Amino acid sequence: MVQKKGATRVSEDAEEELARVPLQAILLADSFAQKFRPITLERPKVLLPLVNIPMIDYTLAWLESAGVEEVFVFCCAHSRQVTDYLTNSKWFSQPNFSIKTIESHNCVSAGDALRLIYEQHVIHGDFVLISGDTLSNMSLTQVLEEHKERRKKDSNAVMTMVIKKSKPSPLTHQSRLGTDELFMAIDPDTNQLLYYEDKADHLKGTISLDNLLLADKSSVSLHNDKQDCYIDICSPEVLSLFTDNFDYQHLRRHFVKGLLVDDIMGYKIFTHEIYSSYAARIDNFRSYDTISKDIIQRWTYPFVPDVQFIGNSSTKLERLGMYRAPGIEQSRSAQIGPFTVVGNGSTIGNNTKISNSVVGEGCNIGSKVSIEGCYIWHNVTIEDGCTLKHAIVCDGVIIKSGAVLEPGVVLSFKVVIGQQFVVPSYSKVSLLQQPTKQDSDEELEYADDSSAVVEIPSFNITSDKLSGELTSELSEPQRRAVSEVGSGGVGYMWSVGEGDYEEELRHSVAPIPADKLAEVIQAAIDDMEMSAQDGNLLPPSGELQADSNSIYSEDNIDDIRDDYIYFEKEVEATFLRAVHENIKEDHVILEVNSLRLSYNKTSVDCAGALFYSMMKLAIETPHSSAGDLINNATNVIGTWKKLLKYYLPSLDEEIEVILKFEEMCLESAREFSSIFVQVLHLLYDEEILQEDAILNWASEKEGAEEADKVFLKQSKGFIQWLIEAPEED
Amino acid sequence: MDFQVVVLAGGTSKELIPLVSKEVPKALLPVANRPVLSYVLEFLEQSNLKHLIVVVEGEDAALRVGGWISSAYVDRLHVEVAAVPEDIGTAGALRAIGHYLTAHDILVVSGDLVCDVPPGAVAAAHRRHDAVVTAMLCSAPVSGPSESGSSGGKDKTKKPGRYNIIGLDPTKQFLLFIAAGAEVEKDIRVQKSILRAVGQMEIRTDLMDAHLYAFKRSVLQEILGQKESFQSLRQDVLPYLVRSQLRSELSLDGAQAEENGNDKVVSLDNKAMRSQLVANTSSPSFHELCAMGPNGSAPFPRNTHKCCVYIASKNKYCARLNSIQAFSDINRDVIGEASHLSGYSFSAHNNIIHSSAELGSKTTVGPQCMLGEGSQMGDKCSVKRSVLGRHCRIGSNVKVVNSVIMNHVTIGDGCSIQGSVICSNVQLQDRVVLRDCQVGAGFVVSAGSEYKGESLARK
Repeated sequence: MVQKKGATRVSEDAEEELARVPLQAILLADSFAQKFRPITLERPKVLLPLVNIPMIDYTLAWLESAGVEEVFVFCCAHSRQVTDYLTNSKWFSQPNFSIKTIESHNCVSAGDALRLIYEQHVIHGDFVLISGDTLSNMSLTQVLEEHKERRKKDSNAVMTMVIKKSKPSPLTHQSRLGTDELFMAIDPDTNQLLYYEDKADHLKGTISLDNLLLADKSSVSLHNDKQDCYIDICSPEVLSLFTDNFDYQHLRRHFVKGLLVDDIMGYKIFTHEIYSSYAARIDNFRSYDTISKDIIQRWTYPFVPDVQFIGNSSTKLERLGMYRAPGIEQSRSAQIGPFTVVGNGSTIGNNTKISNSVVGEGCNIGSKVSIEGCYIWHNVTIEDGCTLKHAIVCDGVIIKSGAVLEPGVVLSFKVVIGQQFVVPSYSKVSLLQQPTKQDSDEELEYADDSSAVVEIPSFNITSDKLSGELTSELSEPQRRAVSEVGSGGVGYMWSVGEGDYEEELRHSVAPIPADKLAEVIQAAIDDMEMSAQDGNLLPPSGELQADSNSIYSEDNIDDIRDDYIYFEKEVEATFLRAVHENIKEDHVILEVNSLRLSYNKTSVDCAGALFYSMMKLAIETPHSSAGDLINNATNVIGTWKKLLKYYLPSLDEEIEVILKFEEMCLESAREFSSIFVQVLHLLYDEEILQEDAILNWASEKEGAEEADKVFLKQSKGFIQWLIEAPEED
Repeated sequence: MDFQVVVLAGGTSKELIPLVSKEVPKALLPVANRPVLSYVLEFLEQSNLKHLIVVVEGEDAALRVGGWISSAYVDRLHVEVAAVPEDIGTAGALRAIGHYLTAHDILVVSGDLVCDVPPGAVAAAHRRHDAVVTAMLCSAPVSGPSESGSSGGKDKTKKPGRYNIIGLDPTKQFLLFIAAGAEVEKDIRVQKSILRAVGQMEIRTDLMDAHLYAFKRSVLQEILGQKESFQSLRQDVLPYLVRSQLRSELSLDGAQAEENGNDKVVSLDNKAMRSQLVANTSSPSFHELCAMGPNGSAPFPRNTHKCCVYIASKNKYCARLNSIQAFSDINRDVIGEASHLSGYSFSAHNNIIHSSAELGSKTTVGPQCMLGEGSQMGDKCSVKRSVLGRHCRIGSNVKVVNSVIMNHVTIGDGCSIQGSVICSNVQLQDRVVLRDCQVGAGFVVSAGSEYKGESLARK
């Protein structure tokens, strides 16, 4: 806290300070997700080649070109590989560009990473927060300026998020980047972010915006057509916020939502929309495919294969979007189609057709091979007569003659596919065994909740163990592997859980098949139906008059209704348990009290809910006539009188009980409607209701509409008796 | 134009007691010495809409309104006055007069609208998109009596910011979301499906529903027939149409066919014309895109209907007389900022003093005032920003500021009236002081009494 105070105080001088402080960036070289498994079991995601260049190079090249002077690369999974790669790269020798790596082995989320960086006190001013799998060519000048300008006026503007327009419709979301749909609310005047929902909860057909958001604004834009670029300009407070809120893990799901919902210290997040430049993050195989194509089609210029922005080999652009490195041995009869990249030293045999694909360096492709929409990394051997469609083939893979890869296949490092073997769609093959089913389930659940959490340490163990297994018991897995990927093949087929299949499809490198698209459309329609129904379920405000003010009286009931229903259910369950298990009243009171606290209810609500449960019990106890029903009610109320009485400290609660009963008679338990007066009398006799409560209720109801007075009329005689009774005394 | 116009003139509105009474239904309340209904009728007349149905709640009120209309507009307008039971709601009223409705589209106007936005523009927007409903929106008044030209008084509750919450598409042509009444105070619940279809929605709180709607008749009657619980156009019918616009349960085409009888050629023509119209409005709207699905060929084409809006520009005047505050505001505006609405010609002093009015010596009538026919004022009186009706007799040393005084009012010497409304036939005896009061018709305020913020009426 002390640190933070210091930071905010300094923020006034931050502008001048910034002039001196070099622009810094934090690059998270770990996505803390497992979407690229099994590949990422062996190599970190940021080092995976994207059009033959490791992803991190794109990110670093952009940072350098955008004027960032100091980058802290945070490595966690396979940190050694990342640091080794960086040490041997040219990045360490760039002028005006320094890279420092920060290693950690026990971070499981971006939140942990930022907390660790905070502890190191290396960030002095505004910084760019980016993950190593993000590609962009945008200029930072404008967004940095905006950010600083805002900070000058309002030191609470801690973060500026870069967004980009994308087409709406769930279809385009899924078919383009395979990411979840994103709903945002932005103040159009200030660009302040007001609402952020990325993990779309499909059960909810509506977005619920807090009324307060609109309190002092005349308009708010709701967006479904924006894409989060995952490039953030942050102030140093962001780091300390992560430290203060040690439960923040995920940047978006926890940090952004936390700031928006909890309104912590009034911190604000703003957005900056880019129009003509490119920015996207590789989140899954589908976005890998999309972004690769964007690179080939030069949307990311200058970060394209034929520009040497890093020590990559010179590649020439030919017509139809063909990129060819020198030193390719290509047969004359080979047809290399449009939008294809072929890396240095690859050979391509006779009558082979390649289109819309990337072929890495040193690959050996036989004759009569057909490759369409594939990503073939380095030193891959593909023997004669193979057919590959929309697959990712990692380094060192050998595909024996006649094998077929159906769309969506991922072959991890050094896998061997046997002769004539057909790898079915969407399967993943790795030399490492899939973590046991139970394990993966747990992980997935974990990942669903916070998605940031990956069990990296345990992975290290498994990988060690597995490699040990591979060396010591080579024969055994080899034998099993044979059966899994064809004769002479090596590798384990990873199974896809039944429930994950949809997810798999969405994130796969292969295009979504037509029938699936139809399904998605159907789902969208169902969704709409659901929400339309939802809309219909809204109470028709029929009884409300166009120009009457009386409508406001219903406000409260409606507002808390949802919440109240849950509360009521819980109370009912508690009560029933008490009835069946003979729990003492005191204990029930304790339990109901705790429910009341957790739902933030008043004793009026408790009384209503308890009474409701009791009457429900009475009506559910078998009965043949109205008389039986009265007896049931008498029994229940007689037994639990003390409990109910506890929650009836004053007249208000008692009136609530009558109102509740009335409501029940009208809606859920119409059977009671005929014996309304008797029950009322019973409650009076049992001293649950005082005379005043009933009379107050009667006078309250006097002004109500005719339809509401049914029960009042029924109980007229009783009320009359009540009024006259004391006079007799 | 194949439009039928329905003016919902209401009855004796509860909010306006004590200003309204059995003798003076809401539609006949004077605004600058003319019944408020005349503003609507003339506003429609200017757009050449001369065949009107005026719906009044209550037989008595209907007789009075009908009587007034026939005397005032006998040779200018063809008005049919229909009486409906009281408290039936706006939707109920339309349901009750269903048999009158025959045209393809219906323009529904609230009888208490004082506005200078041409209804033709709303009708055109409605036709252009072949919408099922088009609502006119105007700028909401900036809380309280405002200084800007767009001011008005929909200060129903005098709480700022409680009008409507409206969701619009980026082109500001379609209505995607509307919350009215009590819903305005709650959290905003937006359907994701609509947002998905349109991509971007602008939520506005600075607009309000002006109660001028164009409906497609077949649709309106279908809904009124199906949803019997719907009582209000604003709170039931419009939100329902907006909610279900991407998944319409309305049998639009069926209705169309039925409408055109068996003549299929006409229907085809209609469709051709419509598609042409759609083509003219640049790119297809999200409704069409959504209906057709991606690549223009959904396996299950979906029914959609369009809810459009017409947003009145900010410099137009638009207000509804639905509260006492609004009554005062509109009276003030019509002889003040929005004086073009009043239809009177102002004197050099920017006020209207009827030639038959008599003023005593040293009596001043300031700008933005109105003095009706045959009224008399004593000496040393002062009138500022007020409307005085016909045949009032006002004594000496009377101050009238920011008030509305209706007809045949007698005011004794030395009275001071500020921010008040005084109905017809009221007698104020000497030295009465009223501030922010309403005095109901025929009331007698005894000499020397002082009232502040009270509503005085005969029991």
